[in-house]
Amino acid sequence: MNNPFEYDRCDVAIIGAGPTGLAAAVQLKKQGIDRVLVLDRESEAGGIPRHCGHHSFGVIEYARLMTGPVYAKRLAETTFQAGVQIALQASVTHLGPAGALTISTPKGTGHLRAKRVLIATGARETPRSARLVSGGRMPGISTTGALQSMVYLKNLIPFRNPLVVGTEIVSFSALLTCKKAGIKPAALIEEKSSPSILWPFHHAAGWFGVPLFLSTKINKIMGKDRVENVRVTDKNGNHRDIACDGVLFTGLFTPESTLARMGHLLIDFGTGSPMVDRFGRCSDPVYYAAGNLLPPLNMGLNCWRAGRRAGRWIARDLAGTLPSADTG
Amino acid sequence: MTADVDIAVIGGGVVGCAVARRMTLEGARVVLIEKAGDILDGASKGNSAILHTGFDAPPGTLEQECVRRGHDEFMEIHRNFNLPVLKTGALVAAWSQAEEDKFETILEKGRKNGVDDLQLLDRAQVLAREPNLAPTVRSAISVPREYVIDPWSTPLAHLKQAVENGGRALFNAEVTGGVFDGKNWLLDTGQGKVRAEYVVNCAGLYGDRVDQKIFGTSEFTIKPRKGQFVVFDKAAARLLSSIILPVPTERTKGIVLFPTIFGNIVVGPTAEEQDSRDDASVDETILHSLKQQAVTSLPGLADIPVTAVYAGIRPATEEPQYRVIQRTEQHWLTLGGIRSTGLTGALGLARHVHDLLSSRGAEFNTLENPGIPFVPNLAEHLDRDYTIPGYGEIVCHCEMVTQREISAAMEGSVPAGNMGGLKRRTRATMGRCQGFYCSARLAELTRGKFVHPLGIGEAGE
Repeated sequence: MNNPFEYDRCDVAIIGAGPTGLAAAVQLKKQGIDRVLVLDRESEAGGIPRHCGHHSFGVIEYARLMTGPVYAKRLAETTFQAGVQIALQASVTHLGPAGALTISTPKGTGHLRAKRVLIATGARETPRSARLVSGGRMPGISTTGALQSMVYLKNLIPFRNPLVVGTEIVSFSALLTCKKAGIKPAALIEEKSSPSILWPFHHAAGWFGVPLFLSTKINKIMGKDRVENVRVTDKNGNHRDIACDGVLFTGLFTPESTLARMGHLLIDFGTGSPMVDRFGRCSDPVYYAAGNLLPPLNMGLNCWRAGRRAGRWIARDLAGTLPSADTG
Repeated sequence: MTADVDIAVIGGGVVGCAVARRMTLEGARVVLIEKAGDILDGASKGNSAILHTGFDAPPGTLEQECVRRGHDEFMEIHRNFNLPVLKTGALVAAWSQAEEDKFETILEKGRKNGVDDLQLLDRAQVLAREPNLAPTVRSAISVPREYVIDPWSTPLAHLKQAVENGGRALFNAEVTGGVFDGKNWLLDTGQGKVRAEYVVNCAGLYGDRVDQKIFGTSEFTIKPRKGQFVVFDKAAARLLSSIILPVPTERTKGIVLFPTIFGNIVVGPTAEEQDSRDDASVDETILHSLKQQAVTSLPGLADIPVTAVYAGIRPATEEPQYRVIQRTEQHWLTLGGIRSTGLTGALGLARHVHDLLSSRGAEFNTLENPGIPFVPNLAEHLDRDYTIPGYGEIVCHCEMVTQREISAAMEGSVPAGNMGGLKRRTRATMGRCQGFYCSARLAELTRGKFVHPLGIGEAGE
């Protein structure tokens, strides 16, 4: 089989070209590590910020407030300039012992052996199915990630008047995306008695013209070919039907730890993340995890910081100056 | 436009697709008429993907006979079609003395049904084979030839063979009426008129309604029975290799725990009577209880995330058996009440249809060397498309669906007619993220193709 990569060995392979992975790669180069390869399954580097169109990125990293897509591009440029090789459309399909990776690319399946591997695959929102929400399974049910990639990458919308579920930071981001795309949410509901983050949801009604219902739980999704109505229930058990053409589930992030789960790494079943020591080192000490793969969930800046930190630790590990896994 | 054929098959579910194939192979000119935009839009989309042996079917019944013939035929043809089989075998597991007491009856039934390889396993043998099963299991009957197959590619392959050998399929073609002139039927459909010498009604959940529409009466009434399922992530696959069947009751086969060909573990179905024939909604309380039942039998599932939930509706009738209604004088045959065993039974039932029509004097000349369609493999235990270079890009990362697979599903003799059809042909969006990563790209790739698109408009409109 032809190996689609220029080489079959590297010092550090990083899985995921989001803020964590790219920051780690740059840091590793700064620490003098020679061959650093970032693998990402998407066609573009940058990760989730690629489809966060609002200005909330880059202040610390680049001393400038920028949108997610601009930030993602800058991160990728910085990484490239640092001498890191970024392989796109490279889907890691298996993590093996001793850093043996199997990678599917459009040119063929490749095998790579890395001295250390950083898993920086991030997190995704919990979709409707895993939330076990009652009702029909018709088109118009989405997550913030799906909505934002549709709006910012493809200029399409999946609904016009959705019910929005959740009041995390990402929910605010979802409302901004709706506003930009001309989507008018029918309502915003939160199961708890107060929003998950205090501001700005108390002003959400004013800013977005979206009614906020607290202590309210989604009960059933109804409709035939599309979502038509959603029944919600308040803490007293009173039902209310909200007319809408979609449901946007926001937040409840879950680590994208599939590769670790399917391979030989131990998982912390409480969080769903790989088990790590204080350096982010996994049960097989060749592997590290960082960024949103580990709780708690962070925005771009803190992922970037976590990536830098991981880069430093891995460099120390390669230099033999990191406390060993046994004593760490 | 009038289509002139020997046989009109009403309904594109597992039964209709198998009948269309069989009759085409027997030399008939066939048209399949489906009211939805694609095949498998009703009961068939929620089938549980098990290739049954019929070991527990009532002996001497048509169902038992069809399942036996269906199993044999599938095993004979699947390689040619590139259709996968996961040779899991099944264990009928007993968790109580009362259930164990029924084993003798089950073994006896199996023998009567010609399934002579059933074997009684004690607790140690069960746990040696399935070490992750809860140790409270008491014993089990092993059914070696109960297998897992691809629930959607299989009927698709059947219809493709019909279409690639001269048959036709009409979609968005609800049958609204029909008259018989003593020799031929003239059916009114959403896609024009169809003239056919014989009609086979395989309309599943609407089988009685079609008969009522044409004859003013139906010999049976559909009693929709919903079954909910919970699908666990692929990380669960290593926990279980067999189908775990409960000891069946009179009414239902009960809740099954089974591996899928796609590498997941599924628990279901429930059996809930309801009036609606199309409300396949799921229920939070029931999903939680299904999940709990699965964890009780297979404790390791407690740590595995849920990937998907779904519900299917089975076309039960007032009676448990397959309902074959012959209106011989009127050249009309109705196949109704095909439930849990339908995926397997369909091939046998299709042969039964041929037997019935031949015995009534219909003459066909069997096709020589019929073409065999190629169906893309979606099974996780065999090489998937992404392992072959030149696939373009991975569109759905959770299920590793390639752009080449998406394009292929939109073309060919039976292209995807709606989003559901595309998902069933490729598995796109059916994985753990349920579209978080890929629905934007999928919306772009399918833009303008379907009546109910993923993207309903442009941003900023």
